Parts: sequence; C-alpha cells; structure tokens
Amino acid sequence: MVKKQDHHFRVVDWLLIAMMILPLVAGMLLQILTKPASEGISITGARIFLEIPMPLMPLLITEAQINSWLIMITIIGLALYLTHGIRAGVQTKRQTVAEWMVEKVEGLVTGNMDPVFHATYGPFVAAILALSALSSLMAMLGLFPPTADVNVVAGWSILVFILITKNKLKTGLGAYLKGYLSPIFIMLPMNIIGEFATPISMAMRHYGNVISGTVISTLVAAGLTVVNNAVLGWLPGFLGEIPLLRVGLPAVLSVYFDIFSSCMQAFIFAILTILNISGAYPGTDEIEAFKARKQKAA
Amino acid sequence: MEIAIGIILGCCALGAGICMGIGAIGPGVGEGHAVANACEAIGRQPESKSAVTSTMVMGCAIAETTGIYSLVIAILLIFVAPGIMVNTLKNAIGL
Repeated sequence: MVKKQDHHFRVVDWLLIAMMILPLVAGMLLQILTKPASEGISITGARIFLEIPMPLMPLLITEAQINSWLIMITIIGLALYLTHGIRAGVQTKRQTVAEWMVEKVEGLVTGNMDPVFHATYGPFVAAILALSALSSLMAMLGLFPPTADVNVVAGWSILVFILITKNKLKTGLGAYLKGYLSPIFIMLPMNIIGEFATPISMAMRHYGNVISGTVISTLVAAGLTVVNNAVLGWLPGFLGEIPLLRVGLPAVLSVYFDIFSSCMQAFIFAILTILNISGAYPGTDEIEAFKARKQKAA
Repeated sequence: MEIAIGIILGCCALGAGICMGIGAIGPGVGEGHAVANACEAIGRQPESKSAVTSTMVMGCAIAETTGIYSLVIAILLIFVAPGIMVNTLKNAIGL
C-alpha cells in the first residue's frame, strides 16, 4: 500500500515537472517554426500571430501574450511541485524552498505595509514578483520576454491602479474626490495627472529597463559582427564567416541585463506595488471615523 | 518627396540622439550623488553596509526613471515615428 502511494506520488511529481518544462519547450518550438530564417540581427517588437476582429479595433494575439501564458503555466507547475505533499514538521528540500519563498514575500509585505494588508496582499505581491522575474528571465532561453512589450506590464500596473483606487475609496467617494482638491482647488489638474502618472511610470520603468537591455545587446552584437567582418573577413572559406569576435562580450552583457536587471526590476515593481497600495490606505482611524459617521447618518 | 522623407528620417534620428543625450545627464548626476552619499555613509558606519546598499540600489533604480523615459521616447522616435510621419505626409499629398 505504502509502495503504491509512493508510486502515485512520484508520477504526479513527474507530471508537474513536465508542466514546468513543456511550456518553455513549446515556446521554443513555436519560435523555431514561425520565425523567418532570413531574419538576422534586428530589433523587433512582438510578432503578431492572430488578429481577431472586434468592434473597435482588432484583438491581437502576439508573441508577448503567448509567452506570458506559457510562463503562467510554468509558474503554476512550479508552485504545485513545490507544495505537493507538504506537511507540518517535515523538512524535505522542496518544502524548505517553498517556505523560504513564502517567508521572503511575507517579510516584504509585513515590513512595508499596514497590518490590515498582511493576510491578503502576500499572494498578490508574490504573483507579481514571480511573473515579472520569470518573464524577464525567459530572454535567457532566446524567447521574447513578455516584459519587453509595454502592454503586458501596463496590464499589471492597471491592476495596481485599481487596488490603489479601491483603497482610497475606503473612506467614501466624497473624501476621495475631495482629495483631488487638496491642498487647494487650483491643484486639481496636477492631482489628476499625478494619479495617472503612477501606473504609467511603473509600466514605463519596467518596460524601458528590459527593452534597453535588448537594444544595447543587439547593438553590441551587430557592431561586433561588422568589426569581425572587417578584421577577420579575409580568412579563407567558412572561417571568415564565423563571428569569432562575438564570443564573450555579449555574454557579459547578458549576465547584467538578463539576470541582474530582470530580478532587480521585478523586485522594484513589487516594492512599488507595496508602497503605492499602502500609501493609498487612509488609515484605520479614518476608516473607523467614516463608519461611525455613516452609522450616525443612517 | 524624397527630400521631405529624408528630412523626416534625419530629424527623427537627430531628435532621438538629443533626447537620449540630454536625458541621460539627470539620472547620471542623480545616481552619482546617491552612490557618493552611500559610500560616505558606509565609511561612517561600516556595520550598516547591507542596509545602505540595498536602499541605494533601490533609490538608483527609481532615479533612473527619467532616463528610461527618454530612452522610450528615443526608441519611439527611431522605430515608430518615421513610419507614422511618412504615412501622414503621403496622405497629405494624396499619394
């Protein structure tokens, strides 16, 4: 009986590992099948796979969306794998890893947010952190990173904007609208611009950092190809066609832009999410006062 | 027509260069200031190195924002703006 259970356990494990790896393999296959072979070194946006006609404008299914769906499946697989067969008091390797991740995110949330958020906002921040970091790290596999498309990141920052507005509305619509007129009514346009600047700046920061890495890496690779053709082009036969000078420097740039910058930007996006949401919270006392006033009126 | 398109492309490239060049000054000065002060703080209190470093990297990333904006504008000027402007020109002439 025990052996059979063990067997089932292992089968589920292998299925979850497949769930983690297969989406990435599928993404690479898709890229191999659809990318035109003649395309050399060039800076391109996300390729459009499908156009679905819609009333206002066609709905585009792009590479960025497909890749972000694939990375979502990978993250779900990773989370299920790490928490499969989790039990109190048992210290297996992956349970330790899962607990470490949860502890880190909860430490981030409890360190920077009001106590009312502690129970609910951990999963949201963890989801944003994992999605952002792994999306940017997809560039390591040669796939198009979804964060290099501004629409994907703008979607996340719109979510954050909705949460900010929801928290500001906790003391009623009147207080929210009055906030736009503070400190004096002349500040109204500035306050409206400032309100919309938050999500736009969050999206642009993340997108700009990822795309700058892509642009600089591509420029360096293209430049090295030109230099290589000028310096080593005289070599006979196929020797002249091997870009020997392209070995080395792009890898160093990749370590910075793809690994360090990706993780850094994911962390910054998560921290800004936390700070913006917790900055929009009016405070427990104000909410209590608002509820008391409402009860008095009713 | 060719001259007009040439002027559009040239001005877009020029604009992107100027945008990135001037836009990089601010973040450069700002981040340099932040790092200088962080070094000073670590020199004064070496035991606070990890806290100072993480705060500094965080602050640098946020100070970088304006530079990133100018980068986005430069990218738009190079890859997006010429096409739109040339199309507008063609429509205006009626080609």
